[in-house]
Amino acid sequence: MLDLSMHILDIVQNSIEAGATEIEIIIHENLAQNGLTIQIEDNGRGIAKEMRDKICDPFTTSRSTRPVGLGLSLLKEAAQRCGGEIEIQSEEGRGTKVKAFFQLDHLDRPPLGDMGETIAVLILANPRLDFRYTHQVNHHIYCLDTKIIREILGDLPLDSSWIFDYIKRDIAQGLKNIGAASFPKGMEVLK
Amino acid sequence: MNIEELRKIKEKMQKELDLRAGEKAVKVVVGMGTCGIAAGARQVMAAIKDELSQKKIEGVMVTQSGCAGFCEQEPIVDVYLPGKERVSYGKVTPERARRIVSEHILEGRVLEDFVLAREK
Repeated sequence: MLDLSMHILDIVQNSIEAGATEIEIIIHENLAQNGLTIQIEDNGRGIAKEMRDKICDPFTTSRSTRPVGLGLSLLKEAAQRCGGEIEIQSEEGRGTKVKAFFQLDHLDRPPLGDMGETIAVLILANPRLDFRYTHQVNHHIYCLDTKIIREILGDLPLDSSWIFDYIKRDIAQGLKNIGAASFPKGMEVLK
Repeated sequence: MNIEELRKIKEKMQKELDLRAGEKAVKVVVGMGTCGIAAGARQVMAAIKDELSQKKIEGVMVTQSGCAGFCEQEPIVDVYLPGKERVSYGKVTPERARRIVSEHILEGRVLEDFVLAREK
């Protein structure tokens, strides 16, 4: 995965696969603690207890077609590479919460990537699900919530080009306003 | 979120929708497994949506599927035209994705060089 937004897109696929109808994505950049936390929480069917312990093993998967599942193992690998870790809480029938911690200014910390396109694509391809994306930098917060979009649009469809472009634009502007940093400090030259 | 802008978009959408009621007959499916995402599926889907909106093509549903087992061929895009066989394209780049929209979906011309599989 090239950047954090691609990891997020991938982990959210697990939530969709688990039959979730509401998916929450929270990114928190805490400059004082030099931490970046990604949290993905869903109301899907959850992970069975015997599965939870080995969920980050690449040769563990719930699918029946092939015995390989790389999503969580790649995220764990990325977090550990940056002095971080992942944490999974799940309750069968209730949902799953995946948290990944990164050292914000670690040289190996992947850039944030295009969160606007990630959220726009998720909503386009899954217009019946609800997504909420919150991004916090210290005490500045940006939030996009499909429930609010739905409330304003009424019966109009979420998978329209207008909305796709709006989401991309709104997130890009919103992240700029709160000062979200894509690259680790001093690594902006890579842009 | 910019709610004011969203309200304006709603007004525009209402005007447009009156002109194009009806079912979405064409379906485009992008593989969004871990392999697809790592190979650039998101950028491909965004390019498809952008090309559809630039060419003002309506009635196309853009959706996603999981890994089909041909990871080395990702990003994979399936095109379903009504009454036609399903065509799967492999190793799709954003540029090729735009051609799939303008040539295959709009003009019905399959891009033979990039076809991975066909199914009646």
